[in-house]
Amino acid sequence: MANFDQELDASGLNCPLPILRAKKTLNGMESGQVLRIIATDPGSVKDFEAFANQTGNELLESAEEGGKYVFLIKKK
Amino acid sequence: MDGKKLAIIATKGSLDWAYPPFILASTAAALGYETEIFFTFYGLEVLKKKLNLQVTSLGNPAMPMPMPIPVIMQTLPGMQAMMSSMMKKTMKKKGVASVEELRDLCIEAEVRMVACQMTVDLFEFDTKDFIDEVEYGGAATFFEFAGQSDICLYI
Repeated sequence: MANFDQELDASGLNCPLPILRAKKTLNGMESGQVLRIIATDPGSVKDFEAFANQTGNELLESAEEGGKYVFLIKKK
Repeated sequence: MDGKKLAIIATKGSLDWAYPPFILASTAAALGYETEIFFTFYGLEVLKKKLNLQVTSLGNPAMPMPMPIPVIMQTLPGMQAMMSSMMKKTMKKKGVASVEELRDLCIEAEVRMVACQMTVDLFEFDTKDFIDEVEYGGAATFFEFAGQSDICLYI
């Protein structure tokens, strides 16, 4: 697992909360910093891809670990 | 994505229909859209400080029910309140945000909320009952923003 600067646990939250929480957390971070997000919503896999494509924040990694989805997003 | 605009007309005031405008508006704002919702007719219900939104299975045959209840029974007093409370519990259990929470997220993300002045007059609403962030305007106010929008939805 790559390094990250902040972590957000969005487990148990449903659409659109994981994206909204991630956006809020990214707002408080510096450009180039990496946010690790943990989610349980299966829809979040496609949603974080779409979020990255539209906002220019880079989705470094999207993986499934023990029934949870883990994302690494680098702030633009 | 910066510079894109989303305009929504929200016309419904039930618990289930309160979701689409607030989900789409909050998400669009997170994606960098400038977003405005114009609330008209029953849509104004979701702007009240104290929400008591209900859901009904009547005229809504696709609503999943925990057990089959004949339509004639669904009309009994207290049924709507019971179904609304069950729906809220299920939503909470599934990690779905409450309408209040999504509305707060919209406010925080500077989603502009405009209430139809004509509806306020028609139903003799007291504007003190609405959240402070609401602005009041008419159709022309809506078009001022919607005319430049990239996406325009009627919900």
